[in-house]
Amino acid sequence: MSTLLDIRQLSKTFHSGKGSVSALQNINLAVKEGEFITVIGPSGCGKSTLLKIVAGLDVEYDGSVKLNDRDVTGPGIEKGFIFQEPRLFPWLTVEKNIAADLSLHKPEIRKKVDELIELVRLKGFEKSYPRELSGGMAQRVAIARALLRNPKVLLLDEPFGALDAFTRAHMQEVLLDIWQQNKTTMIFVTHDIDEAVFLANRIVILKPRPGTVQKIVPVELLFPRKKSSAAFQELRFKVIGEFEKIEELELVDNGAGI
Amino acid sequence: MSNRAEMLVQPIRRTKERKSSWSGLKWKARLNDSMIGAILPVMIVMVWQLAGKLGLISTFFLPTPAMILESFKEMILSGELAVNLSISIQRAAAGFAIGGSLGLLFGLLVGFSRKAEHTLDPSFQMLRMVPHLALAPLIILWFGFGETSKVFIIANGAFFPMYINTFAGIRSVDNRLFDVAGVLEFSRFKQITRLILPAALPNILLGVRLSLAVSWLGLVVAELIGSQSGIGFLINIGKQNSTTEVIFVGVLIFAIVGKLFDSFVRLLERRWLHWRDSYKG
Ligand SMILES: Nc1ncnc2c1ncn2[C@@H]1O[C@H](COP(=O)(O)OP(=O)(O)OP(=O)(O)O)[C@@H](O)[C@H]1O
Ligand SMILES: [Mg+2]
Repeated sequence: MSTLLDIRQLSKTFHSGKGSVSALQNINLAVKEGEFITVIGPSGCGKSTLLKIVAGLDVEYDGSVKLNDRDVTGPGIEKGFIFQEPRLFPWLTVEKNIAADLSLHKPEIRKKVDELIELVRLKGFEKSYPRELSGGMAQRVAIARALLRNPKVLLLDEPFGALDAFTRAHMQEVLLDIWQQNKTTMIFVTHDIDEAVFLANRIVILKPRPGTVQKIVPVELLFPRKKSSAAFQELRFKVIGEFEKIEELELVDNGAGI
Repeated sequence: MSNRAEMLVQPIRRTKERKSSWSGLKWKARLNDSMIGAILPVMIVMVWQLAGKLGLISTFFLPTPAMILESFKEMILSGELAVNLSISIQRAAAGFAIGGSLGLLFGLLVGFSRKAEHTLDPSFQMLRMVPHLALAPLIILWFGFGETSKVFIIANGAFFPMYINTFAGIRSVDNRLFDVAGVLEFSRFKQITRLILPAALPNILLGVRLSLAVSWLGLVVAELIGSQSGIGFLINIGKQNSTTEVIFVGVLIFAIVGKLFDSFVRLLERRWLHWRDSYKG
């Protein structure tokens, strides 16, 4: 498999009146086509910043970010983005939200939208408005909307963070379904270690201040995965171990700072 | 997760509701609501009529509802009312059309362009603070007592609510939806037609409503200052002839027609803004 996304020596500093915050420092990551990457790390370690840069929503950074050997210079449909909240257009029905700027009168769009509605299991809700949907359903609409554009990579920023555990588990299944059917490359940011292990080919663990890669953990478990299996638990502990290392570092840091 | 079970049936229920909204239960409930609204006015009218009949109040200053109704009937039968009402409506409509569309136009312009905002908005805000009535003498001085000054006075009033609300509507579009438009690669044109305008529509419609109301109110000013026709003219005549009933009929017409306009825009709001998820009481 070839490299789809190539991040080299990526650094990002936020400048504000109060001074500057180094959000990311020297991030290197090569993502292969069709790979499922999860990014995990403590709050404020730069996960969203990283994702926004890859999406082209933030273009002020040092280093290089290349998608298919081309520099990322702005947002676009080849980089689908799922925000933490669904961000649907409240005045459009489910199917029109998915189509957005494209016309449902075109047969090929109509057909694809119908297929996607089936894929995200929203049949019967085509004509519903966002206010009539539950959080999980709305997030599935957002996913379908991104998928309609055939993105090369789908970027997800804690997409299931606001959902209850039950819906969340269901959505993870839906996402894996989509990934296996469409072979879309995924970069998935999460707070949840279980979620990170359950979905990933590789887990990127970030540590904060400044945001750097602490470790990249490959996950070679076969799908479908069982969260209760011994191998799963073993990996989980490995990730938790890395987190503990970060915490120890933080304690030393803070101690020195006082 | 009881929420989810509800969600499964909701859309089906909604479409059914829409079809049967003019029959059955819903209709009855609506009738009930409007009946509650009618209780207070009906009671007042009854007490009023009784007080007039019993000589508790002077019917010269406060004619009884029956007298007003009588004069109303006469004016309808003579065709006087229809003629004057249609003239008034035409004036208000012309003023609203000119002022409202200019307000919409400048609201859009200033909303979309920061440069336009900096050059135009301060002046508009200043002009907005000048009361209608203060300008009227000046306008009459310039344009005389003809139709031009009447339409001008109305248009001047209609402009500002439309301008301010359109401007505010455009500027209140959720910034996070702009990120979405970027990620979905909306063209600049689609960004305007598919994002900004629909998102600003609630405010724009509010502008239409307020602007219509101001046009209607401006009409009174314009017609009372001096005119040979219109509802305001009828009121003036009533004053000159000391026929208080006629004044009352004029006032009533203003109230009823104004309310009808407002109801019409609210109907549009319900049609176009049904997607809004807000408190409905
Ligand atoms: N627009 C901004 N201006 C200034 N600083 C910012 C801005 N956005 C983020 N930061 C800083 O950059 C760092 C990383 O922020 P980011 O939002 O990427 O964290 P995160 O890992 O996504 O956190 P969380 O898990 O809480 O979402 C934080 O220290 C934050 O204070
Ligand atoms: Mg974040």
